[in-house]
Amino acid sequence: MRTAFYLLPLAMAPLFANDFWLVQILGRALSLGVIALSLTFLAAYLGVVSFAQTTMAGVAGYTVAYFGPNTVDVGYELPFYVILPLAMIMATLSGALIGLIARRSQGIYAIMITLAIAVAFFYFTRQNYSVFNGWTGFSGLRAPDIAGINLRAPVPFYLLCLGVAALSLVLVNGFIKSPLGLTIQAVRDEPKRVLAIGIPTTPVIVAAYAFAGFIAGSGGILNIWLQERISSFSVGLGPIVDILVIAVIGGLKHPIGAFIGAIAFVLLDTFAVDFIDRERFNTLIGLVLLAIIMGAPDGLHGLAKSWLSRSAKRPAKIKT
Amino acid sequence: MTFFLIVTLNGLTLAALYFLAASGFTLIFGLMRTVNMAHGALLLLGGYVGFEVAKTTGIWPLAILGGGLAAALVGAIIQFGILGRFQGDELRQTLASIALSIIMADLMLWFWGGITYQVAMPDALAGGFRLPLLGVGYATIRLVLIAFAIVVGIALWLVIAKTRLGAIIRAGVDDREMLRALGFDVAKIFVVVFALGGLLAGMAGVVAASALSISPGTDLQFLLSSLVVVIVGGMGSVGGAALGALLIGLAEQYGLAYAPTYGVVFTFAIMVLVLAVRPQGLLGRSEA
Amino acid sequence: MFTNLRAITMTSILALGVFTAPASAEDIKIGVISILEGAFAALGQDGIRGAELAVAEAGGEVAGNKIEVITMSSDASPDSAVNAARKLIEQDGVDIIVGPLSGSEGLALRDLSKSYPAVTFLNGSSAAQDTTLRDSSDNFFRFGGDGAQWMAGVGNYAHDDLGYQKVAVVAEDYSFPYTQVLGFMTEFCAAGGSVPDKFWTPIGTKDYSSVVYSIPSDVDAIFVALGGADAVNFLTQYNQAGGDKPIIGGSITIDQSILDSEGPFKKQLIGAPAGTPTVSDLDGTEWKAFTASYTEHFPDGFTAPSIFAHHYYMSAHAAVLALEEVKGDLSGDQAAFRAALSDLQFVTPTGGTMRLDENRNGIVDNFVTEVFEREDGTLGNRVVKIISDVDQSLGQDPSAFLAQGPVSRDNPSCP
Repeated sequence: MRTAFYLLPLAMAPLFANDFWLVQILGRALSLGVIALSLTFLAAYLGVVSFAQTTMAGVAGYTVAYFGPNTVDVGYELPFYVILPLAMIMATLSGALIGLIARRSQGIYAIMITLAIAVAFFYFTRQNYSVFNGWTGFSGLRAPDIAGINLRAPVPFYLLCLGVAALSLVLVNGFIKSPLGLTIQAVRDEPKRVLAIGIPTTPVIVAAYAFAGFIAGSGGILNIWLQERISSFSVGLGPIVDILVIAVIGGLKHPIGAFIGAIAFVLLDTFAVDFIDRERFNTLIGLVLLAIIMGAPDGLHGLAKSWLSRSAKRPAKIKT
Repeated sequence: MTFFLIVTLNGLTLAALYFLAASGFTLIFGLMRTVNMAHGALLLLGGYVGFEVAKTTGIWPLAILGGGLAAALVGAIIQFGILGRFQGDELRQTLASIALSIIMADLMLWFWGGITYQVAMPDALAGGFRLPLLGVGYATIRLVLIAFAIVVGIALWLVIAKTRLGAIIRAGVDDREMLRALGFDVAKIFVVVFALGGLLAGMAGVVAASALSISPGTDLQFLLSSLVVVIVGGMGSVGGAALGALLIGLAEQYGLAYAPTYGVVFTFAIMVLVLAVRPQGLLGRSEA
Repeated sequence: MFTNLRAITMTSILALGVFTAPASAEDIKIGVISILEGAFAALGQDGIRGAELAVAEAGGEVAGNKIEVITMSSDASPDSAVNAARKLIEQDGVDIIVGPLSGSEGLALRDLSKSYPAVTFLNGSSAAQDTTLRDSSDNFFRFGGDGAQWMAGVGNYAHDDLGYQKVAVVAEDYSFPYTQVLGFMTEFCAAGGSVPDKFWTPIGTKDYSSVVYSIPSDVDAIFVALGGADAVNFLTQYNQAGGDKPIIGGSITIDQSILDSEGPFKKQLIGAPAGTPTVSDLDGTEWKAFTASYTEHFPDGFTAPSIFAHHYYMSAHAAVLALEEVKGDLSGDQAAFRAALSDLQFVTPTGGTMRLDENRNGIVDNFVTEVFEREDGTLGNRVVKIISDVDQSLGQDPSAFLAQGPVSRDNPSCP
């Protein structure tokens, strides 16, 4: 129900926002939010902070780039109705594979192993020209026309981002209530007990990562349609840390935090340069991040929630 | 054959540098379970300060000391002022240290600019000499690196194995709560250990700035190499860091010499492989 | 309650978008994209200086129209360059973009320019060959050369004047050094030289010691196309290992910003030849005036303008000149302005005449230089040869040149 309340003003955004806000701010925030959602999902329900979500998103992105229309001489073109499912399958498989490698790592160790995988993937894409086209990567990636709708136009693209974001939220909410989702949370809380009642934990953990790969993959496709390109830079350390920053400032406890964090991040990333000395905006980003980590352990979502519950106790005061 | 031996020697000397860089990182993790993502920033800071000291005084050992002390001071401030506030919440510490590393990198860029620095060494170290047997030239500083790493390794081992502080650190690694219960001011000990880790990082920074060079981005490179070294070897184990440094240093040089295209991937592939098979690292103890 | 709050916040955020006024009619906005963070930050700052200098020299206005410069940082990644450009165009309403700094960013903005036919893009210092050679864009102009043009003259000089027959290549493993190697080898191989070994090292490599020992002992010289810290590291380690082969430098291996770096490695660069479009110690009236103007406007800049300041300056200067010609008229999707740009001829700070080819790529003068020590102990470059009118095909038949295919690790080859 509450999701609808978030959705309504967002769905009406095309009525009063210009193209820049629709695509570069909200569209970008939603597509990054979907990738961050996959991290939040793993953090909240499997108890694992993964640095490899950009990698899973990148796998989907590279699949679309390799098999889709592009302006470099690499790849093999397939129709989009084959590419899109293929990209989602590849992202899901990459998630499963990463889960398989990291299945025994928890806490800090899981952070490190996923970081290692992500950096290894980054270097591989940079060095390999036959599949990933190396440093340069793919350009000219354009969203297709589906059912006569040009997904490159601002409004359809924005609504697509919004739809995918809403759908992935619904999917995560449904998944965590499913038997598999409940088992994942049981593995988070009591891995030994889960083992004791005869459920092997490995497939459960792998399934959680695979699901995260699926979510990250859909965000990854949106992201390359927005950028119209993908290269080794898109899966490098910068984007890897960005996704973590988004998830953390939004709040790792609740899926919606990923989107709150994404909007805050994109606003900061785009406009920080307008407010302070342009050459020092990384300091500002770092300070904001530090302030949120220190002052609001559950991120902006937690902050808003506690603030709202406090003000809800005094309803008279806020009826203005 | 000569080439293979040379590359091996290069791997060993690089391993020495990696060990120096990683030792402070593993020390902090060993006692405090803090993954200090600002470690690379501390190392770079040490390098810059070392450069300034060397430029002003012209005395290389003083540069190493100055760089080390500067990083130790900043390390202590970080632990005392920020990370210590949520001791035990490892994830928040990690994230806060990421934020700190972003801020520090930007401030250092502001102060020292984007250019590349090298610390001037005494003439005895700066040049090269002919290796006996192999008959090729070799950089003096690289061999000194090995000696330096061995000295630091032994010193670190002595501190941990033979001193009171070491005993406390070892006790802390095994059982933090007991240490607290015995009446030790754990918070203060943590600040001291963090300063010690910073000292090692800062000195490594000056050495790196002498043997190689430093510039913006060096912080991330050494953070990543330290992470990999320490994770492969086993977090918190000094011996593990040495073993990890050996593996990674050799892998990197063999990669560069024999498979330049994918050499950079090797390092991380080794790490993934080790972690997948042995999540606690080669010499790490598994967590309960 | 919750909903209302959310809705109000959302509306107010979005309202910001509505009230962002379009640029006022008389102001001409130039967006400058450069790298102001990370390892390239110092070089990126110098690029900004170049663009600002061109506008400042015009008095900050053209035909009564105020010129506003808005800078935006990218982080060397094409994605960030695209985001920076979109923000400048859609939010800040710029008419002209000057930038970016690096090759992959240039290709990205070339692609992007096709989606914004009403904005004119003037390349900063990015020097990828394909930005203009293949799949060029009508509203993307490069008042400068590509990485291959920047090496013009060096191959012949190395073979004919210095007598080198065999040269090994050590270069970073990405598109810009590929292009530089192409520029060098095109001449060197045609003159009869051979390149038996090419060592492509990943950008950011710290320890080159094993590469140092891989270099064959029978080569006459080493062509080094590394930038920044990579160049410093390689040269230091080569020197320490007792390496005594002469060095031939790529364009950014020996740029002033590198010569201004601190450290003992600099001594070994003395005497090294290189190809470059920018010579910091050029002895010409135009360059002296340019340097004086640069130093006057930016006392805290480098001792002389870098390759980046020089190229951003030329692009911004071209924009100012073309704007003067059309009296600031940018109507009709800037058609008149672009026609003026295409036909523009002006004297560059290095004394040559800048003009464009049909792909809107500069036909430039290039320099073969060598590093020398100034009286005060700092290092500079001095010219040993000037190559005039270097086009993008390096003097070859354009279609034959195109047929050789895009540069890569293995193209060209003459072992």
